[in-house]
Amino acid sequence: MLAKRIIPCLDVKDGQTVKGTNFVNLRQAGDPVELGRAYSEQGADELVFLDITASHEGRKTFADVVRRVAAEVSIPFTVGGGISELADVERMLAAGADKVSINSAALRRPELIDEVASRFGSQVCVVAIDARLGPDGWRCYLNGGRIPTERDLFDWAHEANSRGAGEILFTSMNHDGVKTGFACEALDRLSQLLTIPVIASGGAGRMEHFRDAFTLGNADAALAASVFHFGEISIPELKQYLRNEGICVR
Amino acid sequence: MKVAIVKYNAGNIYSVIHALQRLGVEPVLTDDAAQLREADRVVFPGQGEASTAMRYLRERGLDRVIRELQQPVLGICIGQQLMCSHSEEGDTECLGIFDVPVQRFVPQRHEDKVPHMGWNQLERPKGTLMRGIGDGEFVYFVHSFYVPLCRQTAAETQYTLPFSAALEQGNFMATQFHPEKSGSVGERILRNFLEQE
Repeated sequence: MLAKRIIPCLDVKDGQTVKGTNFVNLRQAGDPVELGRAYSEQGADELVFLDITASHEGRKTFADVVRRVAAEVSIPFTVGGGISELADVERMLAAGADKVSINSAALRRPELIDEVASRFGSQVCVVAIDARLGPDGWRCYLNGGRIPTERDLFDWAHEANSRGAGEILFTSMNHDGVKTGFACEALDRLSQLLTIPVIASGGAGRMEHFRDAFTLGNADAALAASVFHFGEISIPELKQYLRNEGICVR
Repeated sequence: MKVAIVKYNAGNIYSVIHALQRLGVEPVLTDDAAQLREADRVVFPGQGEASTAMRYLRERGLDRVIRELQQPVLGICIGQQLMCSHSEEGDTECLGIFDVPVQRFVPQRHEDKVPHMGWNQLERPKGTLMRGIGDGEFVYFVHSFYVPLCRQTAAETQYTLPFSAALEQGNFMATQFHPEKSGSVGERILRNFLEQE
């Protein structure tokens, strides 16, 4: 059976991971490559590396990180953060990334999805969506959740799907960082609506939350950062728990 | 050991190069017939679209070169599909090494998304390439077309229907999944390919 995927997400700034770690005995806990390899050895199914650097120098450093991950890690990985045009996608793929996640740039200029999909294939094109549930429903946000838009989550996700996105990475801003579970209702609506896999993001606090994302939310994969980085949930324990709950995991 | 990777217009080959390097091999990427014929092992990787890939291979005479290779050859993903007789993708005549046609997945339920992407299980693994691989091991797939079960099937996987996850016939081997992205199981399969007698 096709397994549900568990995906740790690593924020990288100036070539170093940002959030602290205390879960494994790493020589350099701040080295994204070493951390990624440790997660891979623990049974992570994929990795996401997000570049949160602003400077030009930092961007070059990130490309080096991507090259080192590609050389040293034997599971698929996605890179994102600051991808604004086709040339950025090309640079990340040339550095060895398997997939590239595009967010604000796609929302601002949706044709970017068509371009990435037709040039490199849908499988490399992950469209990340940050959305918040307000009085008018789920609305999409730009620039890491800083700028609200009028765009409806489901409407945009459906358009991205039609334009050739390979996966949707949906982060609920209401749930992100709160650790009370993923946005399962919205996830379920997305997975009913779309013909591509949906990755749940935002809200992981306990192992049950991952189960619910898969059973109630029908997500294909679940992404989390701090619960893994701070050792609150270990991936082998999580996989065993999900297996016991009747969910197919690797 | 000389390992050659067939150079053609089919997508990301970095991951294959890196995976071989992790196993201590320094592969050469080449479309030179002599270099391919002289190598101890030939890897035929690929992502991409079948008809454009076949056209590229034919224009350079690589179709004949690959078909006539005597040493162990490993096709990966689109590489496996191109080694078959025909592909529904672009109604493409392929290399015909494996006498079986490539078909497109037809979703049976909403949950059956195409492409088939992610980690899925190998069933009934057998042969040289699958030596030491247990029933139920997970490997990483990304594909929309598949090779049906046939007499060359070396491992099966279930997705909407059982299909050939791996093929083997004499010196020709192939995987639909990406061993170079399949963690330790994939490493074992690549090592089997490199280390066979």
